[in-house]
Amino acid sequence: MRGEDALPVLAFPTPQTDPRSGPQTAPKQTSRPGRRANPDDLTRAIAALQSAEQAEQAPARRPPTTPETEQEDSFSPVGLPKAKAKPRTKPQWRAGPEQGRDVGDTGPGRVGAAAGAVTPTGTAPKPRDPLARRILSLHLPNFAMERWQREAARRGDALPEDLPQALAIEGQHGPIIHALNRAAALAGVHLGARVVDMRALVPTLKVEYADTGADRAALGRLMLWARRWCPWTALDGAAGLVMDTTGSDHLWGGEAAMLREIEGRLGSLGLSSSLAIAPTHGAAWALARMGGVREVCDAEGLALRMAPLPVRALRLDGETVLLLKRLGLKTIGELAAVPRLSLARRFSRAALPGNPLLRLDQMMGTLAEPVSAPDDPPRFAVQSALAEPVQDPTPHLPALCAELCDGMAAAGFGARRISLTIYRSDGEVSTVEAAASQPSRDPGHLMRLFDGKLDRIDPGFGFDLITLAATVAEKIIVTQTRLDGEAEAGPDLARLIDRLSARFGASALRRPAMRESHMPERREIWAPAMAGAPRRPEPGAQPRPVRLFDPAEEVRVVYAVPEGPPAQFIWRRQTHRVTRFAGPERIAPEWWADRPGTRLRDYYRVEDHHGQRFWIYREGVQEDGRGGVPAWFVHGVFA
Amino acid sequence: MTCPPSLHIANHPRPASEPRQATLAEVFPGTAVDGAAPGFVIAHLPAKSGPVLWIQDRQSLRETGRPYLAGMTHPPEILFLTVSRAVDVLWAMEQGLGCSGLSAVVGEVWGDPPALDFTASKRLALRSEAHNVPAWLIRRAGSADLSAARERWRLASLPSLPNPADMRSPGAPQWRADLFRARWRTPGQWVVRYDPAAHSMAFDHPVSSSPTDQQQATG
Repeated sequence: MRGEDALPVLAFPTPQTDPRSGPQTAPKQTSRPGRRANPDDLTRAIAALQSAEQAEQAPARRPPTTPETEQEDSFSPVGLPKAKAKPRTKPQWRAGPEQGRDVGDTGPGRVGAAAGAVTPTGTAPKPRDPLARRILSLHLPNFAMERWQREAARRGDALPEDLPQALAIEGQHGPIIHALNRAAALAGVHLGARVVDMRALVPTLKVEYADTGADRAALGRLMLWARRWCPWTALDGAAGLVMDTTGSDHLWGGEAAMLREIEGRLGSLGLSSSLAIAPTHGAAWALARMGGVREVCDAEGLALRMAPLPVRALRLDGETVLLLKRLGLKTIGELAAVPRLSLARRFSRAALPGNPLLRLDQMMGTLAEPVSAPDDPPRFAVQSALAEPVQDPTPHLPALCAELCDGMAAAGFGARRISLTIYRSDGEVSTVEAAASQPSRDPGHLMRLFDGKLDRIDPGFGFDLITLAATVAEKIIVTQTRLDGEAEAGPDLARLIDRLSARFGASALRRPAMRESHMPERREIWAPAMAGAPRRPEPGAQPRPVRLFDPAEEVRVVYAVPEGPPAQFIWRRQTHRVTRFAGPERIAPEWWADRPGTRLRDYYRVEDHHGQRFWIYREGVQEDGRGGVPAWFVHGVFA
Repeated sequence: MTCPPSLHIANHPRPASEPRQATLAEVFPGTAVDGAAPGFVIAHLPAKSGPVLWIQDRQSLRETGRPYLAGMTHPPEILFLTVSRAVDVLWAMEQGLGCSGLSAVVGEVWGDPPALDFTASKRLALRSEAHNVPAWLIRRAGSADLSAARERWRLASLPSLPNPADMRSPGAPQWRADLFRARWRTPGQWVVRYDPAAHSMAFDHPVSSSPTDQQQATG
């Protein structure tokens, strides 16, 4: 190696700057910092070490100069060590920008043109270093599929991993593939293709429709959950998060350890992720999607690292990427090497997703792009720590409810779901939950929701901490009460619904929801009353019974002719002689909802010899090819 | 039994002008599956706006089906509650009777549960009168023992009126109503005709009691 290297080195006028000429050149370099800096990592590490040593000695040696730089530094939010270390030592401080320029010269293309505008943080010390922040970009490439598989596993109908599965959404020409699992990808299915084409390719492909709304909601929950690592997280596209981890990485033992921790935690949720940390959002986005595994990029190496990435790493839309490709600009380095003026002439009016210049500025930190993290949803919880263990939470409930409701009233919120948790002195924790159909902050009402539920708590040897939390809170829209002093029906009724649902379960109290259907049992679907008020029922046009048996009960029928009305039927071991009848009224099966082979129904209104009126039907007719002899059923009772 | 409807010799439960006082009434159907009892109760539901809380215990639901709104000419908004025990029916009725947003509360109890004693029925009656919410208790397969219900009816279906369009088909429903205990009026027996289209009831043809006046009441 040395022998080979010696030849080109000798050709250069300054052999000292050769990066691979060995450790003996490093002392020369540091002794003459005014000359070109060495981009070699080893040299840089030595320089950083020396700068750190000098920084420790600096305040003692030059007391008058340090207060100025410290004042300036105090404006930067959370500075990197380099920002503090560099201004203190003149030679190293000068080496910083020169190093950057050097990188620009040796790197592919002339990224230095862009990087030179970015990195001169040292030359004219600004109060805020644009590259001082550390942004983590988190990409969940298979989020929709993994969430769907997790849901299926929770329902208990998960398919084995080696079956090709895909999720579809509606495209312009029929459904297209939205997400797929590994087996499907190996079989040749690809994203964005039409489902019919992929079915032809892989006949065993199992396709379900994707629930994009639930995906978005789940990603929003994941965003809030990710605040365990840093306080600022935000959504980033349909399957990504962006986190501002400035100053929080040391809590997890450094950036590399934090990335491993995040990846491991997400993995335990069943989510595969790729993530990267960089000084800007754009750079982190690019590295998370097109960089290596858990890549960490610092401010010095930013331009060098970004240069070989393709231009689609700039978060540009497809048309602009295509345009840049036609212009011959395939990598970010090539794009940065183009004079800014000529690019600006072309793209000055383009919006942000179609403007490579603005995207490049965002990536390099010239254009600020802070992480705008939405606020945490308000949390309402109160607790009462007891002096000594007690057995019964009931006496403490009114005070807790009143305190919780005060807190919610101050914020304008009401509780939809509240949970009471007791912490037993032996370490056991038990929780009782209650729900309300409308947001409420009435302490008495919330207290009544726990009626009869507190008995289920096993107090053991007593508990010493009670917490009451509104797990789901919604904004309350204050309504005007009636002037004439009449009682308001709405809140009164909502409270009744809450109480009954809390006691008997949400599925016990139901309301009819009307459906457009000819089948009598499908006309009214009984939905839980907690879900909200359905539309008002309409009377049927045909005579219908007041009671309906669901399911219909089979009867034995004597008839004169097979297609005719019944003469007599035996139901529940009693014989009913038919004295009068009306019908038949034929109701055909709904081919769009019923299974093939479902038989039609001929309904008769019959009256028996006691005067009772029934609604009975014959399922199918003779010789309709859908089964044997038609069966008869009683489906309802008339008034 | 099948007198022509022109013979209006009726002993009415009450005059039509007098609004019905909200109270607790019990209905005993003749046979368990008879549609007369729910039909009679539905005919009595007030036209007042507001949902009806309809509570069934599980046995009633299994034996007699669920309310079917398509069969009601003026279907009320129904809150339908299914519970497993008779005690829960009474508890839920009591909760509903405290809510003045409801237009009525209907409970269906199967058999003679021990929870449904005089005290329980008195609680329901007092609560119903205090909050002006009518309460109906349909008691299938039950015996009419001690109760504080202000009205107690026995209901059975009668052969329907002749259908003018088709002699072979059933016409408008007819019930035999036996008010065997009442607090504010004279007990009696009637043949009740219900016109679903007009949501009106006619109490005709006293079966046993003496004819006093001739009126038509709207339920």
